[in-house]
Amino acid sequence: MKALQFEARPARYAAAAAAGRLTPGAGAKVGPLRLRDLDPPELPGPDWVVIRPRLAGICGSDLSTIDGHASRYFEPIVSFPFVPGHEVVADRTGSDGSDRVVVEPVLGCVTRGIDPPCAACGRGDLGNCEHIAFGALAPGLQSGFCHDTGGGWSTLMVAHPSQLHPVPASMSDEAAVMVEPTACAVHAALTAGIREGDSVVVLGTGTLGLLVTAALRHFTPAGSILAVAKHPTQRELARALGADLLAEPDEVLRAVRRLTGTMALGDGRITRLTGGADHVIDCVGSAASLADALAAVRPKGRVTLVGMPGHVHVDLTGLWQREIVLAGAYAYGTEELPSGERRRTFDLAFELVRAADLGRLVSATYPLARYQDAIAHAASAGRRGAVKIAFDLRNEKERTRL
Amino acid sequence: MTRPGFVLEVDRNTPPILFHHGEGFRLEKLPPGRTRVIYPAEPLEPIEHPDAAIRHALLNPLGDSPPLPALLRPGMKLTIAFDDVSLPLPPMRRPDIRQRIIEQVLDMAAAAGVDDVALIAALALHRRMTEAELRHAVGDRVYDAFAPHGLLTNHDAEDPDNLAYLGTTDKGEEVEINKRAAESDLLVYVNINIVSMDGGWKSTATGLASYRSLRHHHNVRTLRHSRSFMDQHRSELHSSNWRMGKVLRDAGVKIFQIETTINNDVFGTEGPMSVLQKREWEWNARDRFTFLAMQKSLERLPARTRRQIFHSWKAPHAMTSVQAGEVEAVHQVTTENVYRQHLVAVEGQTDILTMGLPYICPYNVNSIMNPILVMCLGLGYFFNLYRGRPLVREGGVLIMSHPTPWEFHPVHHPSYIDFFEQVLAETTDPVEIESRYEKQYAEDEWYRHLYRTSYAYHGVHPFYMWYWGSHALAHLGQVIVVGGDPRAVHRLGFRPASTMQDALEMASDVVGRDATITHVHNPPILMADVS
Repeated sequence: MKALQFEARPARYAAAAAAGRLTPGAGAKVGPLRLRDLDPPELPGPDWVVIRPRLAGICGSDLSTIDGHASRYFEPIVSFPFVPGHEVVADRTGSDGSDRVVVEPVLGCVTRGIDPPCAACGRGDLGNCEHIAFGALAPGLQSGFCHDTGGGWSTLMVAHPSQLHPVPASMSDEAAVMVEPTACAVHAALTAGIREGDSVVVLGTGTLGLLVTAALRHFTPAGSILAVAKHPTQRELARALGADLLAEPDEVLRAVRRLTGTMALGDGRITRLTGGADHVIDCVGSAASLADALAAVRPKGRVTLVGMPGHVHVDLTGLWQREIVLAGAYAYGTEELPSGERRRTFDLAFELVRAADLGRLVSATYPLARYQDAIAHAASAGRRGAVKIAFDLRNEKERTRL
Repeated sequence: MTRPGFVLEVDRNTPPILFHHGEGFRLEKLPPGRTRVIYPAEPLEPIEHPDAAIRHALLNPLGDSPPLPALLRPGMKLTIAFDDVSLPLPPMRRPDIRQRIIEQVLDMAAAAGVDDVALIAALALHRRMTEAELRHAVGDRVYDAFAPHGLLTNHDAEDPDNLAYLGTTDKGEEVEINKRAAESDLLVYVNINIVSMDGGWKSTATGLASYRSLRHHHNVRTLRHSRSFMDQHRSELHSSNWRMGKVLRDAGVKIFQIETTINNDVFGTEGPMSVLQKREWEWNARDRFTFLAMQKSLERLPARTRRQIFHSWKAPHAMTSVQAGEVEAVHQVTTENVYRQHLVAVEGQTDILTMGLPYICPYNVNSIMNPILVMCLGLGYFFNLYRGRPLVREGGVLIMSHPTPWEFHPVHHPSYIDFFEQVLAETTDPVEIESRYEKQYAEDEWYRHLYRTSYAYHGVHPFYMWYWGSHALAHLGQVIVVGGDPRAVHRLGFRPASTMQDALEMASDVVGRDATITHVHNPPILMADVS
């Protein structure tokens, strides 16, 4: 089978880190990611099935890994070599598109054959599984980071039936490939504890930020949503998906001050706000965005970190003095809606993808052979007026050979 | 005898014409055969003995006012209000006219035994004047005698304890002014008229007013119905101020108005800047060398240094008239004296109006000319410097030259930054801007705090700057900025052009290829009397 494979090769990883610092996405050329002919993965258990990816998205965490920026935190919870790709719409049987599924990639207790499951999996909070390095599978927090399962950047991978969500016939592949990132956004929006009329700042309007904006507007009683957008396309989409206000990255504090009517310290320059937004959802995950988040949120407000941060250097004095809650939001599982109803995150994501027409966020697709172009496009998506870049496996020859 | 202003028809022999361009200049060769250049009059001869003239005016008032000494008595409460840092432009060399007048008023008050005297900078919603600026305006002697005792203050339009509500006009306009001024036995107003818009009832009804009062005439409707606001007889802005003046008079506010006019001697007759005041074909070899050397030197300097150099310039303005007494009688004479310096007869309108915008306008003294002020100077002030009809025809094109940097003085213009980032990102329509955003900015506590305690223009001030240009926005078919930061120019809703040639080419899309062009050679200021 044809697959992009990521190997544990420290020298190449260092080269990718150097190249990625200069040009985002350049790690694909010099790093440990290679297009290869591989043997298909073996089925890890009797229930497991073979699936054939149709579209597989390129996520910010993938880019971070390829450009050598990912934290070493992940080392014990991934297994090398692995095939990336966790945003996947695939064919369960055959390759005619009649039995399409979206993969819920988290590898929790059920997929690992662990019974009884851990407390988190028992609650349906798969993203918090305590056994992601144990059981019948090699370590891996998700398909796409686990040696045993393969990933979506290939013509074939394996999946546990509990990971598969049928795609309605009326839903396009482009819409379906947006379900997994949308689930992340829905989880972030719903775990933030937003109450009626709360002001919310969304930092970053790449794919995740746009989806979070849509999720906030669709599932929460948020009041004003201020989206921080750098590029014109992002601004238009953020507005269309529910942002009431828009600001450029260097305008964040002024925009929040205007929104909340708070006072500011600094003689017209704004060194700090005295109040701020009720919530900030950081969809970037950089030191700068985290600093902005801590500066923009009100005392006792909440910062939800959705973008993957890695090592950041940030002054937490404000967090202490203003009693700010800093929380992460990773993956998905089961959500509690403001009405009290509990639903699977993926079910909510399907609903949102359809309601907000999120398939339109897929801006370009590439064959595997052009993976360097695809990665480069994804790494500069905002600047190039794009949002989600995906691999299109539907026309890969190897897809029907096995 | 000074030479009057005139209109030059550009032909093949006409040398390149000077355009001011922020803290720099451009020389532009304008198309012959269809271009004319309007030159201001040379500076009028100043009054030879200004102090004597001031004394004469105070003792021989106009209208039904008694001489100033007759209005002064022991035990009375006397307030002297004076124009703020926005006048004159550029700031004048010491001694400032305000100092000359205030010293004489104080001498007369002292002679009459008046001991309750306060001085107020009538800045309306402008920023507070710094100590240095106050010292420059009133002189060190006056400053040291009054400021340490809290008797020389900046007007505070947001101080509810120090505002007096005096009633409404017959059009329902609320009149609220500085309490000390309203409750004094006599209010002496010391004015400097630089353009015909200044002075009259506008001095008190605007300079000492609150936002509650100002909003009745500083709005889109009023300014769109002022054709122009430089022509007080066709200015709704002035009609409103005159109605408010009646309320002041009826409420018993006793005003002794002192108005002055100055000549347009901006750059002097000596030193490198003097070349800017000469007509181009009269430049000699030394002038050309001086100009080129100055231009090249400026180009090499950092923007900040260039700004410091220009803002340190003090103009040799000299007083051309002084009159005192009853407000309207005084202002009538003042206006005639302003026109004497500024009016230039111009026959007919033009398709394209060009202008070079200098480094300064009333709202960036010792500060930064941000993009909103560029708009205000071009479309608000210079466009409106006409009597009769606008210089450019309806649907015509305005081409102005200015670097228009995306840069703001954070201390002076904090709400401008927000206006530019938030409001203009959404719309440039003055009516929509007024209805959607004005209240939020006007009542913002942070802006209010900065206006009252720091040196910030009031939160609503950028709105007024935009309204100032609303007549031009409605009138013009297109606005092009030569040499401006394209991002900032686009945010203003205008079109950027790299060169004057490009701008004229772009303008031809709107007004045709053989369009007539008129260049206003400004500053020094002129006012077109368009037939």
